Amino acid sequence: MITARINGITVKVPVGTTILEAAKKVQVKIPTLCAHPDLQSRSSCGICIVKAKGMNKMLRACCTPIEKDMDITTHDAEIVEIRRTVIELLLSKHPNECLTCTRNHTCELQQLAADFGILRESFPQIEPKVPYDDSTGAIAVDRRKCILCGRCVDVCQIMQNVWALSFLERGIDARVAPAGEITLEESPCIRCGQCSAHCPTGAIVEHDDTPKVWEALQNPNLHCVVQIAPAVRVAIGDILGYPSGTNLTRKLYAAFRRLGFDSVFDTNFGADVTIVEEGTEFVHRFTKEPDQLPLITSCCPAWVDFMEKYHHDVVPHFSSCKSPHQIVGALAKTFYAKKRRHDPEKIFVVSIMPCTAKKHEITRSKEMYSSGCQDVDIVITTRELARMIKQSGIDFDALVGEDADSVLGEYTGAGTIFGVTGGVMEAALRTAYYAITGGKLANIEFDNVRGFDGVKEGAIQVQGKTVKVAVAHGIGNVEYVLNRVVEAKRKGEEPPYHFIEVMACPGGCIGGGGQPYGITNEIRAARAAGLYEDDRDCAIRYSHENPSLKALYEEYIGEPLGNRAHSLFHTEYTTYSEYKR
Amino acid sequence: MSKQTIFLLRDTSLTQDKTRDFQILFLKVARDLGIEDSIQAVRASDLGIYDKGYVIKDLTNEVIYANLQESDIEKFLKATLMGEGSVDEFKYTPDKCQLRIVLRNCGVIDPESIDEYMAHEGYCALAKALTEMTPEKVIEEMKKSGLRGRGGAGFPTWMKWSFARNSLDETRFVVCNGDEGDPGAYMDRSILEGDPHAIVEGMILAGYAIGAQRGFFYIRAEYPLAIKRIEKAIAQAYERGLLGENILGSDFSYELEVRLGAGAFVCGEETALIESIEGKRGMPRSRPPFPADKGLWNHPTIINNVETLAAIAQIINRGGEWLARIGTEKSKGTKVFAITGKVKNSGLIEIPMGMTISEIVYGIAGGVLGGQKLMAVQTGGPSGGVIPEHLINTPVSYEHLAEVGSIMGSGGLIVMDEDDCMVDIPRFYLRFCVEESCGKCAPCRIGGYQMLKIIDRIAEGKGVEADLEKMKRIAEGMQKASLCALGQTAPNPVMSTMKYFAEEYRQHVQDKKCRAGKCTKMVQYSIDQAKCKKCKLCVVNCPVGAISGSREEGYVVDQVKCIKCGTCYEVCKFNAIVRK
Repeated sequence: MITARINGITVKVPVGTTILEAAKKVQVKIPTLCAHPDLQSRSSCGICIVKAKGMNKMLRACCTPIEKDMDITTHDAEIVEIRRTVIELLLSKHPNECLTCTRNHTCELQQLAADFGILRESFPQIEPKVPYDDSTGAIAVDRRKCILCGRCVDVCQIMQNVWALSFLERGIDARVAPAGEITLEESPCIRCGQCSAHCPTGAIVEHDDTPKVWEALQNPNLHCVVQIAPAVRVAIGDILGYPSGTNLTRKLYAAFRRLGFDSVFDTNFGADVTIVEEGTEFVHRFTKEPDQLPLITSCCPAWVDFMEKYHHDVVPHFSSCKSPHQIVGALAKTFYAKKRRHDPEKIFVVSIMPCTAKKHEITRSKEMYSSGCQDVDIVITTRELARMIKQSGIDFDALVGEDADSVLGEYTGAGTIFGVTGGVMEAALRTAYYAITGGKLANIEFDNVRGFDGVKEGAIQVQGKTVKVAVAHGIGNVEYVLNRVVEAKRKGEEPPYHFIEVMACPGGCIGGGGQPYGITNEIRAARAAGLYEDDRDCAIRYSHENPSLKALYEEYIGEPLGNRAHSLFHTEYTTYSEYKR
Repeated sequence: MSKQTIFLLRDTSLTQDKTRDFQILFLKVARDLGIEDSIQAVRASDLGIYDKGYVIKDLTNEVIYANLQESDIEKFLKATLMGEGSVDEFKYTPDKCQLRIVLRNCGVIDPESIDEYMAHEGYCALAKALTEMTPEKVIEEMKKSGLRGRGGAGFPTWMKWSFARNSLDETRFVVCNGDEGDPGAYMDRSILEGDPHAIVEGMILAGYAIGAQRGFFYIRAEYPLAIKRIEKAIAQAYERGLLGENILGSDFSYELEVRLGAGAFVCGEETALIESIEGKRGMPRSRPPFPADKGLWNHPTIINNVETLAAIAQIINRGGEWLARIGTEKSKGTKVFAITGKVKNSGLIEIPMGMTISEIVYGIAGGVLGGQKLMAVQTGGPSGGVIPEHLINTPVSYEHLAEVGSIMGSGGLIVMDEDDCMVDIPRFYLRFCVEESCGKCAPCRIGGYQMLKIIDRIAEGKGVEADLEKMKRIAEGMQKASLCALGQTAPNPVMSTMKYFAEEYRQHVQDKKCRAGKCTKMVQYSIDQAKCKKCKLCVVNCPVGAISGSREEGYVVDQVKCIKCGTCYEVCKFNAIVRK
């Protein structure tokens, strides 16, 4: 521990604490723009400058460790004036379009300008000619709004290990783009959208699909169906004025009906189907084809994209099971359509997802058209849904909760924890244990796959056999797990794991790229807690026990991994050798 | 072979170089006199003397003879070697002497020969350090010498070294910063090319002092000859056991390699340089932690400038006190400058610290070209400032230059006369910094650009009063909030000219006038018909055919066509061209 002084207040912090963190301890807020708690500060904006007594130069609070006996001043007339100059300079190279920007009211630059009371433009606008890039259909990059804080670059290169974004050119022409002047679609981008979730301004946002949803809702010939992913229900409250992690499932169901949806389903039902299919797949491999282990989960489309681009060697280990919302989409246009005598062509399926990659997933391969038409028509993110709710005049707070529609709306506790890292694994293990032993677990909660360690490893005993599992979240963490698998394979050894779960975003879908802004680990923890609570509140906590699901298999699908299951619930993978590292 | 006298020969005339012819003649005369076996005549590439005809330096006694003619050779040889007659009248004692410590071998020895370097005390310091001195003792000697970094900031070299030496991390690196990039500066290149072994030896000594295992030369790719010579010097050092395992039989093992810079000025900044060597985009890191604590791959790393490293071996050889005797109280030793601009003799000079700028300009450089009035001297390149004429007696030292608002910098020294515009010069430097900004941090990236736009406006005659205040405001933001020295110092040329030449800025802004006629948008050329002799010299020389007319009706400048190059103004022999 070291002792120092900030604005005359004594502070005691561990060695290595930054001035910014130390200041927080004594209730001093130093303004920042580039710093983000998920990332190591790259000290690019120059707003967090502070003075240290006896030092000529000002220090950047975000990245400078406080030292013993330092005497820091965070605010005085000179410091504030310099910060104001820097903000005004930033504004001079940022279009004055706040009112028509997606980030209006959530923009960190806008907030700073407001905080500093910047009422006029001191410097003439610099209008750069930089290409607008909406090529992925998932993430839209408006480089005019970029302030070059570098968060997205660090997210893409370090956190996600994707390396689609980098800095190009220098000086006033410096910009963030894929190397080689290609579009994002041509780059190795996996559309995880973490860049958009971390961007302080409107430079990287989700591709806005709300107009298409509004259009469909107003089309009397369409039967509009909505489904909501597990992680959305505990995150959207951040925008709608609830404490982080508040579970708003039933209010959301009601809001969907107010918005005009004809049927309200839940992706959690699809998650239960995924578990039955994937669990069966695992049990088959574990008991009959151990050389096909490990089995790797495939519900995260960004992870699928990453694997198809970078990790061809693990393709045979991938579960062929589709992601839950694709399953619900396929069922809505087959099972549900048949049951309710709707023309599948006239059913419009909207998925509310915490994710930008899902926008791409719905057209990624021919298997996404398993119903005979496109299984899911549109994906919108949590952020887009929140905007729709706000536009529609719904008094969300006063709304009385409702239930989902039957057939594809019922879910179990296992389905709901899909939204958090380790959740798919936990749900699958519950069902797999039953499939192998025919019995129930003594303790249904697997603590060693919970939490936010980048890689979590664990083992459970199933009929005298050990099932070794690994859970990785944040694509940057997956390398370690896969390297172990590949290494063991090369040496001809037993695989180090039997079952691997990967989610591309840190924390899993609760921290997804389409989730509300301002993510921190505290918020991730609150959202995770919300989902685990939902699980505990469910009467049924095994996917295979979902009554609607049982009915579905009995009436329509037949056996898991059977013919119909195969055609509706499973997919294939393509490898893209041009990206191979 | 009997003892030989070595003469260095050099044609110092500014227009031509006939050193080779002179050498042939010199050897022929010696042969005729039958003394060719007792002399060696070596062509030197630079002796630091200019415009003094043929110059001969006698290496046995370091006496220099200047202003010799071909016909004087016989007399010279007879006097110096055979004791017949005297050549004292040719003895050269300049008003102010250069003192060549880091340049001592440049132009004297064959830079590609390790033997020649060794014949000039080469690697003696290394042998001395490895056999007689502990690393701490080496640092102690550096401390005694008072040597400060020659890259610009002037941080005490010994202190940097001892930070690294005392680090708990035992993987340590040494980097030679050869990414010289100031416009018009070529001090480091000359040393790298002229005496590569001295820097290699300095690098090994630095490695020994801090306990490093590896060293890197970071040299800009635009210096192919420097790279070639350093690579050759490293290879030769390996051959002789001066690099690699157990150097000279000691416990000390050390590897050296060369890394190339890819043309970014900012990579001369030490943290950006580190990123570049690590294979990343050259963008500065925040400091602290300083490189001596966490540098290359997060290990302690010292980064020294070429000129700093070139002085190390001699400090070890002669002792720290020897260097400490040269220079001022706070600035010890010598400094190399690349002197350019409006002076009679431009080139590379090495002077003891404390010599005044006036002594350099009027003494060594021979005064202002064309006898014009001196306006100012710029030091420190794009990070420095101008020193106006009335401060010309400022001694060259870290502390004195800082006092007048400039910096030592890496050693650019540009002399400006009345024909230079004090708005145009800083504008050039600012444009350089704006182009070289890496773009990482906002104050430098946008501040520099906005400032350039303002000064561009002023130079175009569109400036307003508020612009000057705005520039000051941006400058303060850049100086205080930029991450690295590039951004922090980029406003210096503008700020220092605004301070010393406020009247000139006022003229540009209020009167829309450029005294020197360099801000071409504000200049108009016309012909004074009374003075014009109708010689048509201007008509013939105008590159765009903007001057037309006839002998009878006189000649006029078409203001639309005129590109304001000033050619007519320069070629007119009768002062008939009016510049307004």
